[in-house]
Amino acid sequence: MSRKILLAGGRVVDPSQGFDDVSDVLLVDGTIASVGPGLDAPEDAEVVDCAGLLVVPGLIDVHVHLREPGEEHKETIATGARAAAAGGFTAICAMPNTDPAIDDPAAVGFVLAEGRRAQAARVYPVGCISVGRSGERLAPVGEMVAAGAVAITDDGSPIMNSGLMRLALEYAQTFGIPVADHPEDLGLSAAGHMNEGLIATRLGLGGKPNAAEDIHIIRDILLAELTGGHIHLQHVSTRYGVESIRQAKARGVHVTAEASPHHLVLTEEAVEGYRTEAKMNPPLRTSEDVSAVRAGLADGTLDMIATDHAPHHYDEKEAAFDDAPDGIVGLETAVGILLTNIVGEGVIDVPTLIERMSCQPARAFGLPGGTLTEGSPADVTVIDPTLEWTVDRTVFESKSRNTPFDGVVLTGAPRRTIVEGRTVWER
Amino acid sequence: MNPTPTSPVVAPLGKDLVGLEELSAEQITAILDTAEPFKEISERRIKKVPILRGKTIVNLFFEASTRTRISFEFAEKRLSADTVNISASGSSVVKGETLVDTARNLEAMRIDMVVVRHASSGAARFLAERIPSNVINAGDGRHEHPTQGLLDILTIRDHTGRVEGLKVCIVGDILHSRVARSNIYGLVKLGAEVAVCGPPTLLPSAIEELGVRVFSRIEDAIEWADVLNVLRLQLERMKGGYVPSLREYNRIWGVSTPRLDAAPKDILVLHPGPMNRGVEIDSDVADGPHSVILDQVTNGVAVRMAVLYLLAGGQPDSAEAAKAGGEA
Repeated sequence: MSRKILLAGGRVVDPSQGFDDVSDVLLVDGTIASVGPGLDAPEDAEVVDCAGLLVVPGLIDVHVHLREPGEEHKETIATGARAAAAGGFTAICAMPNTDPAIDDPAAVGFVLAEGRRAQAARVYPVGCISVGRSGERLAPVGEMVAAGAVAITDDGSPIMNSGLMRLALEYAQTFGIPVADHPEDLGLSAAGHMNEGLIATRLGLGGKPNAAEDIHIIRDILLAELTGGHIHLQHVSTRYGVESIRQAKARGVHVTAEASPHHLVLTEEAVEGYRTEAKMNPPLRTSEDVSAVRAGLADGTLDMIATDHAPHHYDEKEAAFDDAPDGIVGLETAVGILLTNIVGEGVIDVPTLIERMSCQPARAFGLPGGTLTEGSPADVTVIDPTLEWTVDRTVFESKSRNTPFDGVVLTGAPRRTIVEGRTVWER
Repeated sequence: MNPTPTSPVVAPLGKDLVGLEELSAEQITAILDTAEPFKEISERRIKKVPILRGKTIVNLFFEASTRTRISFEFAEKRLSADTVNISASGSSVVKGETLVDTARNLEAMRIDMVVVRHASSGAARFLAERIPSNVINAGDGRHEHPTQGLLDILTIRDHTGRVEGLKVCIVGDILHSRVARSNIYGLVKLGAEVAVCGPPTLLPSAIEELGVRVFSRIEDAIEWADVLNVLRLQLERMKGGYVPSLREYNRIWGVSTPRLDAAPKDILVLHPGPMNRGVEIDSDVADGPHSVILDQVTNGVAVRMAVLYLLAGGQPDSAEAAKAGGEA
């Protein structure tokens, strides 16, 4: 029996084809059958009225922490995949900093299998760069890729040893996958809990200077240049980091980079009052840095938006600031925040937003999707750009509630998330 | 107690004393003024007045302390409060109980006040936001140590007769010092000129933006200052690589008699203790005519009595009367 959905009369935005017009999209048996105005609905098709809504290639988040195995009290692969679907994401990349870490093919297979069982957003495993994330020797990258890993990273920790990063960038080229790095020189930042500066000084909290991030961004660029490998820089938060990537791209270095929603809309001032919900790594920085990250997103220096969804149990954040873990959940607030604060404030337009949230992540990580061309997988997100809603963390699909955006009123939200032609979530 | 109708209006301290950053100049002055009548209690043969009779106070020390804890305990007992001391060793804290659980348990025991010291910046505020009792910060991480700041300022005022316009330099490890931050906030609000002096490795980022001048050479600081507040150099700073050796620290930044003798004027020297003699301060300075270090300790009890009295609802200008037998 065939499965058919006609998404009728929406504003179809597909930057992969430069398409932006009111149109219909017909999905048949898990693939995009056709896109065009006035399509006839097949008899057995579900017809979805999309008038006034955005119909876009499914959103992809390349940076998500699902916590399973090992910290299932924070999130599981299933709850994370559902949170992703509720946030309009049709695919997510699971970071390997679990316990045990995802550093061998069996572990990669586990993430893949649990992801499929969740029947929500697609879950792509990312493997570790080093065995046990110890930063010492390469994990079996080839076997992990064969098992389904789409990239490697030791995220959560940087690769402190430049020699190991060089080896990873060289070795990964055989498999055509990016090497993703959390750029941070721990020698400069290990004692820090927030951005270095006046607020940290006043609050008596150790600071992480921009230079801690900048040094590793520049180092990684130099190593990508040396090896010809593909470096993917995670959650870029500094003005000089953005500028360094801009210059590297102009030189033709194979570098891609992310911006996270919180680094686009919040500054270190959110930490005032020791708000642990605003504690993250890299830390929230100054308004000059936020402006630079926005400019980098607008001109394409930062190729994509990734949430760095980092669930933590509520009582772990209910602690003194320096005892609280880093990170916030991001999957279910991203679309609303970005439409309200980034598109709404004119930083980028809707097609550029979709380019940064779907097309580029698919391209950089070699994933299916990121396009509505005929014959491609029917991964589609329907977004209501005018829906006003209030963030209520008590109703998150995610197991965790750690967000600084609780109670914020946003305009724009996903309405329907379709993966391989099946509606996995709708509002 | 009711304020007399003619008393000047000063906003009450509120529920807690977390830091001097949140207080106004008038509130700080009110605490210092309230401390004055309390000084005398400690000079009596029977050192006890009934101001806090029936109040239960917990001294919750997650970090080792001798001087501050004892000073608080004397202040509480001389005001007739019932006190309990909880220190990190030997309590459920070492068994892994979280700060929030500790707070809830205290709350469940219906206590009136908590004096808290904790290694994490913000811990006092964290507690204050979660329990209805009055919370007094006895030092949180490198954030604030407000009663120390108050007793330092009171001692300066006692000896110079003023705070406004006075040049006060805080010397040493400013980066890790809650005493430095409380002194800076309090002194700047009261109109003093404030400077800091120490190795640049131990000066926090953007410190000038708090309204202080920065000296890296102790000779320059001494030439400028009326008052030096010399901070303890924690021995672990050497292990952390902030200073190469204690000997070198003493040679470059130590407060010594020859350095003070070279000053153009008489300088008052404070130290919050405990001292490392021969490191940040030489013995002949600590024991010499410039030093008011023991006056600080004496004032500490009076300042803490004043804070307890005010947080319990006492009025600044009724303190004298309260000593005679009233209750807060």
